[in-house]
Amino acid sequence: MSPALPDGDTVPGGGPLDGWTADYDRQRGFSVYVHVPFCKVRCGYCDFNTYTATELGGGASQAAYAQTAALEIDLAARQLDQAAVPSRAVQSVFFGGGTPTMLPATDLAVILSRVQQAWSLEAGAEVTTEANPDSVDQRYLETLATAGFTRISFGMQSAVPHVLTTLERTHDPARIPQVVEWAKQAGLAVSLDLIYGTPGESLDDWRRSVDVALSTRVDHISAYALVVEDGTKLATQVRRGMVEMPNADDQADKYELADQAFSEAGLHWYEISNWAREIDGKPAACQHNLAYWRGDDWWGIGPGAHSYLAAGYFEDEAAHAVGIDNEVTSTTTQAHGVRWWNVKHPRSYAAKLESAASPAAGREFLTQEQATLERVMLGIRLSEGMTISDLPDPNPAVIAGFVARGLIDGRAALTGTLKLTLRGRLLADALITELMGL
Amino acid sequence: MGQWWIAARSVAVLYPTLFPGVRSLVSPIPSPSAGKLIKPAATAPELLRNFCIIAHIDHGKSTLADRMLQLTGVVEQRAMRAQYLDRMDIERERGITIKSQAVRMPWATVDEDGTEHPFALNMIDTPGHVDFTYEVSRSLAACEGAVLLVDAAQGIEAQTLANLYLAMDNELEIIPVLNKIDLPAAQPEKYAEEIAGLVGVEPSEVLKVSGKTGQGVAELLDRIVEVVPAPVGNADAPSRAMIFDSVYDTFRGVVTYVRVVDGSLNPRERISMMSTKATHELLEIGVISPEPIPTEGLGVGEVGYLITGVKDVRQSKVGDTVTTMHHGATEPLAGYSDPKPMVFSGLYPIDGSDYPALRDALDKLKLNDAALNYEPETSVALGFGFRVGFLGLLHLEIIRERLDREFGLALISTAPNVIYDVVMEDNTEINVTNPSEFPGGKIREVREPVVRATILAPSEFIGAIMELCQSRRGDLLGMDYLSADRVEMRYTLPLAEIVFDFFDQLKSKTRGYASLDYEPSGEQVADLVKVDILLQGEQVDAFSAIVHKEKAYAYGVMMTAKLKDLIPRQQFEVPIQAAIGSRVIARETIRAIRKDVLAKCYGGDISRKRKLLEKQKEGKKRMKTIGRVDVPQEAFIAALSSEQSSKDAKDAKKK
Ligand SMILES: Nc1nc2c(ncn2[C@@H]2O[C@H](COP(=O)(O)OP(=O)(O)O)[C@@H](O)[C@H]2O)c(=O)[nH]1
Ligand SMILES: C[S@@+](CC[C@H](N)C(=O)[O-])C[C@H]1O[C@@H](n2cnc3c(N)ncnc32)[C@H](O)[C@@H]1O
Ligand code: SF4
Ligand SMILES: [Mg+2]
Repeated sequence: MSPALPDGDTVPGGGPLDGWTADYDRQRGFSVYVHVPFCKVRCGYCDFNTYTATELGGGASQAAYAQTAALEIDLAARQLDQAAVPSRAVQSVFFGGGTPTMLPATDLAVILSRVQQAWSLEAGAEVTTEANPDSVDQRYLETLATAGFTRISFGMQSAVPHVLTTLERTHDPARIPQVVEWAKQAGLAVSLDLIYGTPGESLDDWRRSVDVALSTRVDHISAYALVVEDGTKLATQVRRGMVEMPNADDQADKYELADQAFSEAGLHWYEISNWAREIDGKPAACQHNLAYWRGDDWWGIGPGAHSYLAAGYFEDEAAHAVGIDNEVTSTTTQAHGVRWWNVKHPRSYAAKLESAASPAAGREFLTQEQATLERVMLGIRLSEGMTISDLPDPNPAVIAGFVARGLIDGRAALTGTLKLTLRGRLLADALITELMGL
Repeated sequence: MGQWWIAARSVAVLYPTLFPGVRSLVSPIPSPSAGKLIKPAATAPELLRNFCIIAHIDHGKSTLADRMLQLTGVVEQRAMRAQYLDRMDIERERGITIKSQAVRMPWATVDEDGTEHPFALNMIDTPGHVDFTYEVSRSLAACEGAVLLVDAAQGIEAQTLANLYLAMDNELEIIPVLNKIDLPAAQPEKYAEEIAGLVGVEPSEVLKVSGKTGQGVAELLDRIVEVVPAPVGNADAPSRAMIFDSVYDTFRGVVTYVRVVDGSLNPRERISMMSTKATHELLEIGVISPEPIPTEGLGVGEVGYLITGVKDVRQSKVGDTVTTMHHGATEPLAGYSDPKPMVFSGLYPIDGSDYPALRDALDKLKLNDAALNYEPETSVALGFGFRVGFLGLLHLEIIRERLDREFGLALISTAPNVIYDVVMEDNTEINVTNPSEFPGGKIREVREPVVRATILAPSEFIGAIMELCQSRRGDLLGMDYLSADRVEMRYTLPLAEIVFDFFDQLKSKTRGYASLDYEPSGEQVADLVKVDILLQGEQVDAFSAIVHKEKAYAYGVMMTAKLKDLIPRQQFEVPIQAAIGSRVIARETIRAIRKDVLAKCYGGDISRKRKLLEKQKEGKKRMKTIGRVDVPQEAFIAALSSEQSSKDAKDAKKK
């Protein structure tokens, strides 16, 4: 049900880094993502790679999951070494799902300590987990904090019962302030996830959710426009006319409403869907997500997880040639990044690792154009903006056009930075298309 | 020569078992000795019978022709494919006959005393649809008799009347025949009366046949021999032959079908086309039976083909007179006129780089279709293309389909329009074949083509038909009851109104019972205006239309609303206006898009998102930019798709 894996090249027997040689120094940050593919029930809108116990035919893989993930962590450390990727301490760890908190807190602690053993953590490294409000209690949160977690992100989605019902969320909205309070007491930084534009959600409903979220005085909020993902139950309901298709204009109104309310409460946007309060002169942004958007290295542990390493060289197998003496020669090709992804299902994932094989299912080497497109597509989402002279072949007329249409900040443009305005944030994809001549 | 005699004999032996009990004659096919009397180029005109079959579409003309080919032994049973004479694929598929063909068939009648009388019958298959009226009339001119074939379950339809009218105009002997009498739903008595009244015979004289079972077909051939007059011509006069069809063949070049009126044509003679004075070597001359068979020539009254090596049907025009170069005739036969296109449409390749391929394809089609006219044209919105003139909607539809099917060209075609004569205040006249050429400035009058339409329908629909025709600016000319419950209504209607979804409406308002036929009948002055469509103030030439003043508003509202739905929202507001000159008559607004961004873009989303962006590049190629507005190709196609009118054409040829 979760989104299909991308099309890519097949992964050789030696794993995703077989034939890869990294080409950069240890300056570049390194992060680890841990995917936990379990949920109690599947929400109608969700297409993440996650499974209920019924779908898996029992909780066995869930119980053994920490051990399985640990196997991949060890494998990852070995493979990075072999590929001459400079060894670095981990700057951030993010446990996402699914619902990581479906596992006992001690299991999460086990996985985290394995990461620590493999690479060590930078001092002050951010360690986040996602959580469903009804999957944690005070003790659970304290255990996490003790184990080294620094941050938690709760899937609040809405404060309005009928909206939560449409989204098929099971938690009691009254629980939100409670879990936030417990997390804070445990010393965790807290973030809330919200969804806007759910069919049937009025502007007042949305204002209410925004207000409730702000009333918890969290330092970080993510707000996402509801997307009707292919293959979800929601998509079926929309197709059959049982639920109305979310309206883009309505979502734009709600985005503007939220942006204003958040800013007034001291949370400022630092990425299109993320707002944070400044603490000690610096926004309480999610360091792990910033790593994605800035193009750092990251390894994704778990079924369906993606990984990415910047520039390097790979031995071009297609170019392998058999010489006169049956000598195998190969050429080395420069790539502007390598990305791979694991098999999707928890069972095949476990099976691979138990037989000491790599769980990677496919990989891609990025060309320069692809790497550039990714850099722009991610970098443009940030409030820090992008340096115009870093853009490939920046066209002054196009940039001026953006300013004229109010899509980017004119002052920033004059000093060489491309930074989205509110209007520009809502039209970012159109802007990327135009900027990149797509 | 002579292969077909062999085939003929072997079928003659089979004959009684083929159609047992059909006709109590020993052999209807001439014996070898009798056959000598009807050798091509050596047949006395008295032994010739030239006839055609006229029928409404689907009344069974092709099937009956097939039975005749079998009965006369021209085609062996096992070589028989259904509708042998319809050669082109599209014809076969659509079951319509576009190009007429002529087949020579032997036949014999036997006296009571056993004396055998051989005859050579030339059957000329005429195209059935109104678009091809000119060709029909040329085919008819090559005959002395016509079989009027009527479906015994349907009765007379509008096209039957139109063709019957032409046949009578050519003074042909009419043989009324009811077909499909094998059908349980057949009502031969009822329709025999209807036809008898029309042709002026007794109902009992109407023959009853089944092209399917073969019943009555031999009797029909006997009747043809009996009543169709033999051709008369002067064998000693300078040769004159009329071209009634001209077909391009990939291997042989143009094959020209002629009917000799006076004198004779002989192999290896130089011939001359009287309209152009062009002369050609006669490379081959022969008869079709049903494959081409070279002969020693063609004599008075005979029908056959010529091959001269020309490559373009325009050098061998339907209606023209062929004569010999030496001692040729000075007076051409009456009846030649250039076919005039009635309906125009712009054809544009969806992929601009297909333009040369489109030109080549049209050039090729033109070889076989003298009625096809085209000129290069440029549209701001659609790029390079052609303004193409057609005989009618069916012609348009067939050409479009052939371009698609035989040449693999994906095309946008603009809504079909007719030709207008615009007279300016200073009396200069402008011929407008493309709405965007409609002049501004002071106009004295605008003339549009009108047609005389005949509609046949059950009388219960009179009210509905009148209402429709009135709304289409029709003038009722007259109305006659064919029987107690069927009526014929005659109207003058602007062709432009017919071109636009008229047939569809007629069908839906009469639950499919009405049939329509029309023929050009001159011009009329009308209160016509050009409505332009503007996107963000920029005129989109492809959407301009010439409409009656009273309908301009409705057109404007319809088109602006349609475009509003078809054009995706842009980053800015896009007004869509309909205007007559500078006066805006309708307006819609496409509101600016406000949100175009994916909310989430984390680690696992990056590849997917990048690939989506990369894909957009391909989508862009399918956009045309009007001013600043990106309009997807599909929007043009949908807005211009003459869905209605093309459906009309399809339906029209079905009923
Ligand atoms: N039952 C029956 N069907 C016939 C007869 N003649 C033709 N048809 C059918 O009527 C349809 C139209 O026939 P066709 O010969 O193509 O008609 P055309 O359009 O006049 O050439 C075809 O489906 C034929 O099979 C007949 O005598 N009896
Ligand atoms: C991995 S998911 C959720 C983690 C946790 N299981 C939960 O549901 O609270 C991360 C966030 O993505 C957002 N999300 C998931 N599916 C979405 C969709 N179809 N449209 C918009 N946001 C979505 C939700 O806000 C969710 O909290
Ligand atoms: S709990 Fe979260 S991950 Fe699980 S199905 Fe619902 S939204 Fe998806
Ligand atoms: Mg036919």
